[in-house]
Amino acid sequence: MEANTRSTGRLPAAFLTPGSSSFMDFLGDHSPELLPGNRPLPAVQGAIEAPHGTTIVSLTFAGGVVLAGDRRATMGNVIAQRDIEKVFPADEYSAVGIAGTAGIAVEMVKLFQLELEHFEKVEGTVLSLEGKANRLSTMIRGNLGMAMQGLAVVPIFAGWDVDREKGRIFSYDVTGGRSEERGFAATGSGSMFARGALKKLYREDLSEEQAATAVLQALYDAADDDSATGGPDLARRIYPIVTSITEDGFKRFSEGEVSELARAIHERRLEEPDGPRAALL
Amino acid sequence: MTTPFYVSPQQAMADRAEYARKGIARGRSVVVLQYTDGIVFVAENPSRALHKVSEIYDRIAFAAVGKYNEFENLRIGGVRYADLRGYTYDREDVTARGLANVYAQTLGTIFSSAAEKPYEVELIVAEVGEGPEDDQIYRLPHDGSIVDEHGSVAVGGNADQISSYLDQRHRDGMTLAEALKLAVDSLSRDNNGGERSLTAEQLEVAVLDRTRRPQKRKFKRVLGRQLSQLMEPGEGGPDSAAPEASSEASEAEEPTSDSED
Repeated sequence: MEANTRSTGRLPAAFLTPGSSSFMDFLGDHSPELLPGNRPLPAVQGAIEAPHGTTIVSLTFAGGVVLAGDRRATMGNVIAQRDIEKVFPADEYSAVGIAGTAGIAVEMVKLFQLELEHFEKVEGTVLSLEGKANRLSTMIRGNLGMAMQGLAVVPIFAGWDVDREKGRIFSYDVTGGRSEERGFAATGSGSMFARGALKKLYREDLSEEQAATAVLQALYDAADDDSATGGPDLARRIYPIVTSITEDGFKRFSEGEVSELARAIHERRLEEPDGPRAALL
Repeated sequence: MTTPFYVSPQQAMADRAEYARKGIARGRSVVVLQYTDGIVFVAENPSRALHKVSEIYDRIAFAAVGKYNEFENLRIGGVRYADLRGYTYDREDVTARGLANVYAQTLGTIFSSAAEKPYEVELIVAEVGEGPEDDQIYRLPHDGSIVDEHGSVAVGGNADQISSYLDQRHRDGMTLAEALKLAVDSLSRDNNGGERSLTAEQLEVAVLDRTRRPQKRKFKRVLGRQLSQLMEPGEGGPDSAAPEASSEASEAEEPTSDSED
């Protein structure tokens, strides 16, 4: 800020210091109070009540990867929001879905999107998919203090790897630990049930539409057994968010497309409430 | 010990201005034109990696001539300014006017500070609006002044001549191909009135396209085949041998221009 002491309104020195292409590094340098992990935590006993997002599922298919999430946010036993959005594009070739404390998660996604965009603008080239996944790791690690007070954020990161030409999924734990998942992944309160469903539904040769159907089935199963996960709300026309990332980039399925798939699944479930049956052997 | 001698402030400023102007004049020019769907940036720049035109934010782009390290520094400062502002408030709240003001303050302070060497740069900051009447183009000379431009603007070595050429021929509602052709024509005119011919490989072209939806980011580089196709209608001439000859000639002068641009 030295250069600004003459109050000329010129760009402060931190803006013109060459070196870093990271927006987070710049924030840390110039206005550290804006970094989510940098805030002093008040000493509170017990967990803080705040809306929590729930289930996110992801699945690879031949031409890419789908990432989907239900629409419910809960606060204790209360449904805090029926139509929350928990799946976001991170950049043109990747997306992030968040489970955990909604407010912190949304802020984290906003900063993550900006981090990728900032790098792209400064460097004139995009980060590798691994690089993006690692960046998200750092951000989750920065939230560890909050996580220990019950305000955890656990995302899934999915993207199209332009170099390897395939869709890839990364899941995280609360300490920022990152692991690449093969085939499918789920996170959030309903993830156990969703993962069980995906395990039976996953095949390597699914089409994009079949992959979307599979993740919707998994979310249906999660909503069936987990009270914090919302199923498709046919009355209010609130359906899960389904996105796909392929060679052509990020795409969010339109409400019409999702409603058609969700209604088809619902119709079948009226006959068979437990969903499609897998072969025994 | 040398004895300090008196230099009048007028003389000191005139010297600094001349120093900056000379530096800028050595580089090749950049032109910016409004067309019906947005704003097009055309620079004579053989390098694919060292850009003269870049994205700053959703609707805002930056073009510069002069010393590369200096305007690159300002460009990154601008990206940081815009991203920080958008992060603190909202993406809507980042405007070309705000950015141009900050640039003007920065350039002005550096220009009048005896401790610093004046920047040998001239910048353009442009923002594409919902319609052509909402477009904003600001030209920022080396001394920190701001000029609000309309229609077309040129900066760099041959700016005066190119500007007057553009002023006479630019009209509202041009298509991208028309605007690009006019830009290339203006850039290919020499100091002494002669004409060179510029090929797609020697040009850096980018647009702020207001019709680019659903993306929020309107900036797009026009590259490779897309650029050649846009330039084609104007290119097809009887003297197909001429462009080759002139491109060789301009390649010979590339090393010097590269080090100074």
